[in-house]
Amino acid sequence: MLSLGSGCLVLALGVALYGIAASLYGARGRAGAGSRAWVDSGRRAVYATAGVVLVAFGVLEAAFLRSDFALSVVADHSSTTTPTFYRATAVWSSQEGSLLLWVVLLGLWSSLMLFLTRRRAREVAPYATAVLLGFAVFFLSLLVFLENPFDRAQTVVAEGAGLNPLLRHPSMMIHPPMLYSGYTLFAVPFAFAVGALITRRLDAEWIRLTRPFTLAAWFFLGCGILLGARWSYTELGWGGYWAWDPVENASLMPWLIGTAFLHSVMIQEKRGMLKIWNVSLVLATGVLAILGTFLVRSGILNSIHAFGASTLGVPFLILIGAMIAGSVALVLSRASDLRSDARLDSLLSREAVFLLNNLVLVGLCFVIFWGTFFPLISEAVTGNEASVGPPWFDRYIVPLSLILVLLSGIGPVVAWRRATAANLRRNLARPGAVGVLALVVLLLAGVSGSVGALLMFALAAFVFAAVGQELWRGVRARRAMSSDSVPRALVSLVQRNRRRYGGYLVHVGVAVLFAGVAASSAFQDARDVQLQVGQSAKVGGYDLTYVRPTSKLEAASNGRLEKIDLGAVMRVSRGGKQVGTLRTERSFFPSADPTLGPVSRFFEGEATSEVGLRAGLRRDVWSAISPSVRDLRKQVAEGDRVFNGAKALPPVQRDIALAEALSGLTRSYTVNPPAATFRLIVSPLVSWIWIGALIVFAGGLIALWPPLRRAPRPVAARYAARVARELGRA
Amino acid sequence: MDVLLVLVVLAVVVFVVSRPLRGGHAEAVEASESAQRAGLEAAKEAKYAEIRDAELDHRMGKLSEEDWRAQDRTLRAEAMEVLRRLDELGPED
Repeated sequence: MLSLGSGCLVLALGVALYGIAASLYGARGRAGAGSRAWVDSGRRAVYATAGVVLVAFGVLEAAFLRSDFALSVVADHSSTTTPTFYRATAVWSSQEGSLLLWVVLLGLWSSLMLFLTRRRAREVAPYATAVLLGFAVFFLSLLVFLENPFDRAQTVVAEGAGLNPLLRHPSMMIHPPMLYSGYTLFAVPFAFAVGALITRRLDAEWIRLTRPFTLAAWFFLGCGILLGARWSYTELGWGGYWAWDPVENASLMPWLIGTAFLHSVMIQEKRGMLKIWNVSLVLATGVLAILGTFLVRSGILNSIHAFGASTLGVPFLILIGAMIAGSVALVLSRASDLRSDARLDSLLSREAVFLLNNLVLVGLCFVIFWGTFFPLISEAVTGNEASVGPPWFDRYIVPLSLILVLLSGIGPVVAWRRATAANLRRNLARPGAVGVLALVVLLLAGVSGSVGALLMFALAAFVFAAVGQELWRGVRARRAMSSDSVPRALVSLVQRNRRRYGGYLVHVGVAVLFAGVAASSAFQDARDVQLQVGQSAKVGGYDLTYVRPTSKLEAASNGRLEKIDLGAVMRVSRGGKQVGTLRTERSFFPSADPTLGPVSRFFEGEATSEVGLRAGLRRDVWSAISPSVRDLRKQVAEGDRVFNGAKALPPVQRDIALAEALSGLTRSYTVNPPAATFRLIVSPLVSWIWIGALIVFAGGLIALWPPLRRAPRPVAARYAARVARELGRA
Repeated sequence: MDVLLVLVVLAVVVFVVSRPLRGGHAEAVEASESAQRAGLEAAKEAKYAEIRDAELDHRMGKLSEEDWRAQDRTLRAEAMEVLRRLDELGPED
C-alpha cells in the first residue's frame, strides 16, 4: 500500500499542474467556444486533487494505525505503546504528515468553494482555481521531493520512538487540524482576491462569495489558538496560557488581520470604499497564513512547538517572497480600478470607528511581527541573536488592547454614514456611566495595583452595557413593528441580521476574554516551593499541603511498559477549611536511546506534567510537581547493572523482570518520598478566558450561519415601488 | 497490486477531469448569471442592507429623523439606479 501512497502524491501533483494550465488556458479564452470546458476541467482538477491526496492520507493513516514501522515516519512518531487515539492523530505530529494534512484540507476547502461558486464569478474563478492549485503544487512538491511521508525506513525496527509525550493531550490533537483549516480557508479569499485583481472585477462580488470562507477561517483559526492556549495551561507545566512564543504569534497574526478585514470589508460592501485597503488586508492574511506554516515547519525560530527541521526554509521563503511581490505588483497595477466609489461622510460614523479598529488590529499585528522576528532582525543587524520577552510585548499590547475593547463598545452604538454629536452623546451616556460605575465599585472594593487591569474591567462593563442597550433598543424597535413578545422579537431581530448581532456577541466575548486575561495576569500569585510530605505553602490566600506521594507504572494495551508517573496529592484549604484536593504528577517516558541502561532510559527520556487544577468562576488553583528522582539514582544504576548482566534471559522473562524492578522502584518512591518541588499558582478569572472565547465563537457561528432563503422577486414596473416592496419582503 | 490501484485512481481522475472536454455533458453552469449581473445583484443586496440598517439605526435612536430621511432618500435613489442597470441587461437566462 505504500507505493499507492507515493503514487497518489505524484498523481496529485500532476493533476494540480494540469488544473493550473487548464484554468489559465480557459480563462484566457484561447480555445474560443471551448474555453468554458477548459475552465470546468480545471475546476474538476481541484476536486480530483482533493480526492487523490485524501487516498494518500488514508494510506498513511492506516500505516500509523497498523504501526507499520517499514515507514520511517511511523517509526519516528509512533509506537505500539502509543494509545490508538494518539496513533491516529500522530500523523500530523510529523513534518511529512502535517504537510499532507495541509494539502488535504486545502483540497477539501477549495473544492467546496469552487463547487458552491461554479455558477458564479466566471471571470474570477479560473484564476482563483489556478492560485489554489498553485498552493497545492507547492506543498505536493515538498511532499514528493523533500519530505515524502512514504519513504521506507533503512532498517525496520521492532518498536517505534513513540509520539512526543507533550502532544499526548486531546486538545493538542485537534489543535493542528483547526489551525490548518484556518490557514487553508484563508487561502480561499486570497485566491479570489488575486483573481479579482487580475480580471479587474473589483466590485463586492468576490467579497460576498468568499465571506463565509473568511468567517470560517477566522472561526477555525480562533478555535485552534484557543486549544493551543488551553494545552499550554494544562500540559506544559509552567502555569500560563500564552507565552508570546513564535509559533503562537504566527497563528495570531493572520487572525488579527482577518478580523480587521471582516470589519473593513463591510465598508466596501456598503459604500464601495477602502478597496485598496481591503484587498491588501486579504492578501496580507494569505501571506501570514503561509508564514505561520513556515514558522512551525522551518524551525527558523526557537519555539517550544516548532517541530520542523530547517530543510523547508528556503522553499517557503521563495513562496512567501513570490506571494508578497505578486501581491504588491497586482495592487499597484490595479490602483486606478481600486479607487473608492464614495468618501467618508463624517468622523462620527461607524465607518470611522471601523477604520480606527483596523488601525489598532494592524498595529497589534505589527508589534507581534516585530517581536517575533526580532531575533532574526537583531542577528542580521548586529550579528547577535537577541529576543524580546513578555514584558516587551505587554508594553505595546496592553494599551492597544484597551483601545480595541473601547472601540468594540463604541462601534455598535454609532450609526453608519453620519451620527450627530447629540445622538452619540445620548447613546454613549448609559454605557459610559456603567463603565465608570464599575471602576468606582472596584476601587471601593479595594481592587488596586494594576491600572491596566482596572481600566480593562471598566471597559468590559462599558461593552456589556453598550451591546445590552443595542439589543434592548433593537427588540423595542422590532416590537413596535410586529408586536411580538420580547424573546420572539429578540430571535427575529438576530435572525434578520445575523452578521450584526453575531458580531455584537463576539464583542461581548472579546471583552469577557480580555477581562479574564487582565485579572489573571495582574493579580496572579505564583510560588515555586520545595515541600516534604505534610508541609504546606500559602499562595493567594490558600494553604496547599503535600498530603502524600503517588506513583504508577503504566503499561500500554499490548502489555509493553509505557511510562512511570510520580506525583502528589495536595490538600487545598482556605481559612482552615478544606475546599478541595489536587492531584498532580510528572510522567516519565522511556528514551529510545539504545546506549542507555534498561532502567535508566525511563528517567532520561521525555517527561510531561499532569497539572492539578481546581478551576472556578472566581479563581483557579493550579499545581505542578517536579519530583526529585535524585534519591532513586542508586537503585536505577543498580538495576541497569543487573539487567545488562542478564542478557541471556529470554525477552519475555526479561520484560517481566524489568516490570517488577520498575514497579519496586516506584513503590520505594512512595514509601520514602523525597522532597518535591512544586509550582503553585492562584489566578483569578482564568475560566472567563475560556468562557469569553466560547462566546466569541458562538457569535462567529451566528454570523456564519447562512441567511434564510428569500422568496424570488418578480420584475416590477416601477423601480421605487420595487425597492419598497423588496425591502418590505426581506 | 499497488501499481494496479494507482492506475485505477488515475483512470478515475482522467474520467472526472476530462468530462467537460469530451462534450455531451451539459454543465449546469450554462444557466448562470453574467459577471456584470452578479456584480449588480451584489450591489443591489448591499444597498437594500444599507437601507434596512439606516431604518433600524433611526428606530434605535442613532439617527435623527432629518438625517434618516435624507439618507433614505439617497439610498433608495441609488437602489433604483442599480435596478435600472439590471433591467438594461435584459431578463435572466
